[in-house]
Amino acid sequence: MKKSPFHFLTYVLVIGAYAALQVLQARGGLSSSLRGMLVPICAYVVMAVSLNLTVGVLGELSLGHAGFMSVGAFLGTSTAIALQDAVPVPAVRLTIALIVAALFAAIAGFLIGIPVLRLNGDYLAIVTLAFGEIIKAIFNNLYLGVDGKGVHISLLEDTTRTAETGRLIIQGPMGIGGIQKISTFTAGFILIMISLIVIFNLVNSRAGRAIMAIRDNHIAAQSVGVNIIKYKMMAFVTSAALAGSAGALFAMNYSTVVANKFDFNTSILILVFVVLGGLGNMLGSIIAAAVLTILPEALRPIAEYRMLLYAVLLIVMMLTANHPFVRAFFNRFRQTGRLRLEADGDEEREAV
Amino acid sequence: MKKKLLCALLALAMLFALAACSGAPAEEPSTGDNTETNAGEEPAPDSGESGEEEAQLSGETGEEPGGETSNEASQPTDAPAPAGNAFKLGGTGPLTGGAAIYGNAAKNGAQIAVDEINASDSPIKFELRYEDDAHDAEKAVNAYNALKDWGMQISLGSVTSKPAEATSAESFADNIFSLTPSASSTATIAGKDNVFQMCFADPNQGTASAEYIGSQNLGSKIAVIWKSDDVYSKGIRDTFLEEADAQGLQVVSDQTFSDGNATDFSVQLNDAKTNEADLVFLPMYYEPASLILAQASAMGYAPKWFGVDGMDGILTMQGFDASLAEGVMLLTPFNADSTDEATVKFVTEYEKRFGEKPNQFAADAYDCVYAYCQALTAANATPDMDAATINGLMKEQFTTMTFYGLTGTESGLTWDASGAVSKSPKGMVITNGAYVGMD
Repeated sequence: MKKSPFHFLTYVLVIGAYAALQVLQARGGLSSSLRGMLVPICAYVVMAVSLNLTVGVLGELSLGHAGFMSVGAFLGTSTAIALQDAVPVPAVRLTIALIVAALFAAIAGFLIGIPVLRLNGDYLAIVTLAFGEIIKAIFNNLYLGVDGKGVHISLLEDTTRTAETGRLIIQGPMGIGGIQKISTFTAGFILIMISLIVIFNLVNSRAGRAIMAIRDNHIAAQSVGVNIIKYKMMAFVTSAALAGSAGALFAMNYSTVVANKFDFNTSILILVFVVLGGLGNMLGSIIAAAVLTILPEALRPIAEYRMLLYAVLLIVMMLTANHPFVRAFFNRFRQTGRLRLEADGDEEREAV
Repeated sequence: MKKKLLCALLALAMLFALAACSGAPAEEPSTGDNTETNAGEEPAPDSGESGEEEAQLSGETGEEPGGETSNEASQPTDAPAPAGNAFKLGGTGPLTGGAAIYGNAAKNGAQIAVDEINASDSPIKFELRYEDDAHDAEKAVNAYNALKDWGMQISLGSVTSKPAEATSAESFADNIFSLTPSASSTATIAGKDNVFQMCFADPNQGTASAEYIGSQNLGSKIAVIWKSDDVYSKGIRDTFLEEADAQGLQVVSDQTFSDGNATDFSVQLNDAKTNEADLVFLPMYYEPASLILAQASAMGYAPKWFGVDGMDGILTMQGFDASLAEGVMLLTPFNADSTDEATVKFVTEYEKRFGEKPNQFAADAYDCVYAYCQALTAANATPDMDAATINGLMKEQFTTMTFYGLTGTESGLTWDASGAVSKSPKGMVITNGAYVGMD
């Protein structure tokens, strides 16, 4: 199977952007404002590409993606805090936390997927929305403490009786406080690359073609023997796991995190990234996530009018991005790119 | 034709985004620092039309808040250091969104103090800039970074608790001294030796409320309605329950609500009513409280109401029938009806500019600026010092000085090394649409 040139272009652009930003940062050319946004942008990019897997590739509208981010943020951060003494190297601790976050989010995705993926279309959208809210409510009432005797968990009231020597990590509505900021831009970049590799390889594999077949016509797919639940679950769980690690990356960039951050609005924000970037178009998602994260900050100088202008720009971008003329314009680029690459391929083959 | 128009629009949008977000060296000629302060001095939108007009009229500096000047202010990064006569004072707060009354009040209060100090013969001058954080930790850090780009030397922290927790960690890491007017959670100052508070901490409010109710015999059967997903509400409620036990108060109903269902309180109110509570304690911000008062009045339930400092602002809330709040008691460190000279002067000025009575957030922010003024004068600090140097001087000053302001007691305010202030809340009751001190 020949890889799409578009995937290659995505890798090149992401690596290029990372290198350029690193050089700029080393030379002191980045403002504090932009420097502070690097990690959140990475987290939002991973959120956007992972949601694009569910919405664009699998073709199911999920409105609860921030819920998985929340699972990753809370459990990943808790892991990092619990390991603070055992693992002194921040990079190692961050890696472990991201993996744990992805694991727990995957489990949450699997559990939620069992009932949800039996539904289609609007129903699925509404149920995922509800699950997002449930996850938020759980973390708003969860108390988790760690001490010498192990992990203590309680709901609603703090009855964990965590020993004085231990630490109450998740404190209900107060979330987690006093987080060590161990997320770095490099870690964010690596996470983006891993997400892209996972998603592109999944999309290009046999499983990926099955997933897209379900999207295009699930009855036809079923009739040729594609196991619908299995492949839907595969895409959904992968998407949840990536969102979980993005959540952990995001949370460990701030000294505090609360469950209310990951509400319906955040889910919709991520969906906006995906729709604006184009369904199934990972590069589009990456660009949309980066631009729409920077935009409200870039509009700060106009103070009171910035949210108004942000909304107007959003509408303008949505309209223009879907305008036939603009589409044709970009398609022409894509076409020539593909042709050239194919031509290169032919030459190589001839050379061999 | 239509296509061209759309293309042009898109190009414009992209250009704008690029131009505004690049922190690149400012090649545009800087028009001097006066225009830059402008962004922070624009009249608040929420203060209503009259406020806006007045703010423009009273703009002594004579700059018009307009689009053009604002655009120039987008290049603060590499602007030359200020002419060497003003300290850059920055703060973040919710200027938009659900908690906007607090952010705008703090901003307005600080602005009045800055203008007064700059007009006086004091050797210390300030340049003030407030950035919007929409009561969100992530946006607060972004706002803080934007202020850092502007060249902030001393910080007013954040107005609300959770954002303050995030920004105080940043200012601790960056060695920028911070004095928050109103972020009352203990986590804001915990473990940071350069973050100080002008308000009393959440747990104090719960304890003080229970003590007050107990000692004044305001009620025997207490109902508590609180917001389960809010740090502020929970912090106060927990310590209130503890102290209520000690005071022998009987808590007959303990009901919660959360962000998603903060519009219908019939369940909570009915529970309080069936349990015959004669006093309802509302540790929450004014928005849900206004709904609770309206709905209780509709169902004919009239217990005594007791709120905390978040209730402050309910009288100026748009669309709220102030008569519903008649008789509501609340704890706040500031009394706008006080007759001492300083308070009268501040209240008159605030009403003239913004067309409403200042609440305690405005008074706290006003006090913050004056406390800075006193500390900077005592330390002989000059505006050409960098933030880290000022940070060291301020830490020394704030732990040793005594400050007399609008809020707090006659004996003045002092801070301990942890950053907490010595201050006791005052009991207020709303009578004829105004806060009146009760003793």
